[in-house]
Amino acid sequence: MSRAFTPKVLTGNDLRSGEAVYLAPGGAWTPHHGEAELLTDEAEAQLRLLEASAREDRVVGVYLADAQLGRHGPEPVHFREAFRTRGPSNYRHGKQESALS
Amino acid sequence: MYRYTDFDHAFLAERNAQFRAQVARRLDGSLTEEEFRPLRLMNGLYLQLHAYMLRVAIPYGTLSSAQMRQLALIAERWDKGYGHFTTRQNIQYNWPKLEDVPDILDALAEVGLHAIQTSGNTVRNVTADHFAGAAADEIADPRPYAELLRQWSTDHPEFQFLPRKFKIAVTGSPNDRAVTRAHDIGLRMIRDAAGAPSFEVIVGGGLGRTPMIGKVVRDFLPAADLLPYVEAILAVYNTLGRRDNKYKARIKITVHEEGIDRIRELVEAEFATFRTRYDGSDQTLLAEIEQSFAPPAFIAKPVGDVDAARRDPVFSAWADTNTVAHRRDDHAIVTVSLKAHGATPGDATAAQMRLLADLAEDYAYGELRISHEQNVILPHVARADLPTLHARLLKAGLGTANVGLASDIIACPGMDYCALATARSIPVAQELALRLDALKLEHEVGELKIKISGCINACGHHHVGHIGILGLDRAGVENYQITLGGDATETAAIGERAGPGFAYDEIVPAIERLIRAYLDLREAPEETFLMAYRRLGAGPFKVALYGDEGKRDAA
Ligand code: SF4
Repeated sequence: MSRAFTPKVLTGNDLRSGEAVYLAPGGAWTPHHGEAELLTDEAEAQLRLLEASAREDRVVGVYLADAQLGRHGPEPVHFREAFRTRGPSNYRHGKQESALS
Repeated sequence: MYRYTDFDHAFLAERNAQFRAQVARRLDGSLTEEEFRPLRLMNGLYLQLHAYMLRVAIPYGTLSSAQMRQLALIAERWDKGYGHFTTRQNIQYNWPKLEDVPDILDALAEVGLHAIQTSGNTVRNVTADHFAGAAADEIADPRPYAELLRQWSTDHPEFQFLPRKFKIAVTGSPNDRAVTRAHDIGLRMIRDAAGAPSFEVIVGGGLGRTPMIGKVVRDFLPAADLLPYVEAILAVYNTLGRRDNKYKARIKITVHEEGIDRIRELVEAEFATFRTRYDGSDQTLLAEIEQSFAPPAFIAKPVGDVDAARRDPVFSAWADTNTVAHRRDDHAIVTVSLKAHGATPGDATAAQMRLLADLAEDYAYGELRISHEQNVILPHVARADLPTLHARLLKAGLGTANVGLASDIIACPGMDYCALATARSIPVAQELALRLDALKLEHEVGELKIKISGCINACGHHHVGHIGILGLDRAGVENYQITLGGDATETAAIGERAGPGFAYDEIVPAIERLIRAYLDLREAPEETFLMAYRRLGAGPFKVALYGDEGKRDAA
């Protein structure tokens, strides 16, 4: 039996703006963590990472980040990833700037 | 101020044109990210958590009003209306778009600024005493030496691929305000036995993972031998530096492993050869550079009725904390605090930058300085003008009277921006400053340097803070470790770890306990926090932090 695999999302930064983006089901990139594809299979996650690292044409610095299924799709597990879904805490800049709330 | 020559302008224009083409080729796909990354880093462009970040060097921390206005324009046109001043006398823009960066670099070049060697394993921006050219205790202005080093090291083919980054700091005064002992090379000007200005050369200092206080490699270096001597140090480092292990690659490890005596032997041997190769052209160049740092044509102004102005307690408090002695009796050096309680340390909006540029023009002969403590300095202000200047600063929210006090906190960008961070630093600084303001204690507390870093790289200089705070990731939660007794001056010391770290919501109360303990423990108001710590040791401070557990620890 293999050890339990923590589900992942594939994430990186947009080449032009540097904004954090996530790989959605079907292969498009989305700025919303909740729209990311939750990768529950380790081999598949590694494959996605390899493919994206080989391309890096629109999205750079790609890596797999731990995630879990929440009420509105995948949610970050670690606080660093949670910050990336919002923006800095000292100004309402980044994603939170345009978020409806 | 140093003015770019035709050569400087042509060099920068060519470099910027190259980068413009590289960005275009990256965007059209002809360059891969792997190929492009080192190119963008060579031009100061980093990729951070939420966006790119452009790091622009402010050589030896000196800016003209025109340059400051241009920094404001860039912040407004291509960023989100502000910039962040760092502990290495750089300004960082947190939100540039890749395609705009070539335009930003051109805009910088218009005023003689650039982002070259603000990244990579090169000689980084040479920093200097932020009171250079103005301080009452100065032997000589260190900036001509810093500019000489900048010109010599910029694009120097031999030093583009050093084992690791390389930081040099210079001070023209024996009182070290440039943290020279925490740099790869620190140059502290002193007088030799005959009274001639010379440099005490310090090597192998540095913070980060393995903090080290630099060691003196040469007690008295005649200022004229600076370049061959620095070149000798770099040559020795280039040969011996550990390229096999990133964490052991800084010169501090080389010095530590080889021993300062061995390093001295090697450096002196190289120096003996290098020196003969210098034909004096460096001294001719230095003499030219020195001319551009000639002091402004000071206008003598009667100081006026100081006592009347001092009757305003707000002005009086500000004059006490934010001004220091100038080399002329009728002038003062003014530090404008970028640490309004609750603000982000080191951030300035475009409007504030413009106002500072105007004030520099109106009251400070058009000169500004950026300090490693993330404040802005107006280096030459007639004492008679202080009340008017203060009034204008107050109106713009820049009149905070806290320089050198507990809320004058150094904080690195931390996990609000930095991709390397393990925790946030900015909100800790903000909350701590707000708390200190609410307590109305900091003027009573007096000098207290609090410095916060968001990871072990220590950009926030936490190791040399009287109180240092290091943000870490402990099992997926932000955790803050406290160090005590650090010192960034000529009596430099690395702070000692106080004990286990504190959670995010515990760190501000913990610092408050430390400050209250100090007030109880000090013998007199003249005994600063650092002095009290040196007299008493960590014991009573650990008790303040950890209660009786701390006592056991201290025993
Ligand atoms: S200390 Fe760490 S978190 Fe702070 S700016 Fe430096 S690398 Fe980033």
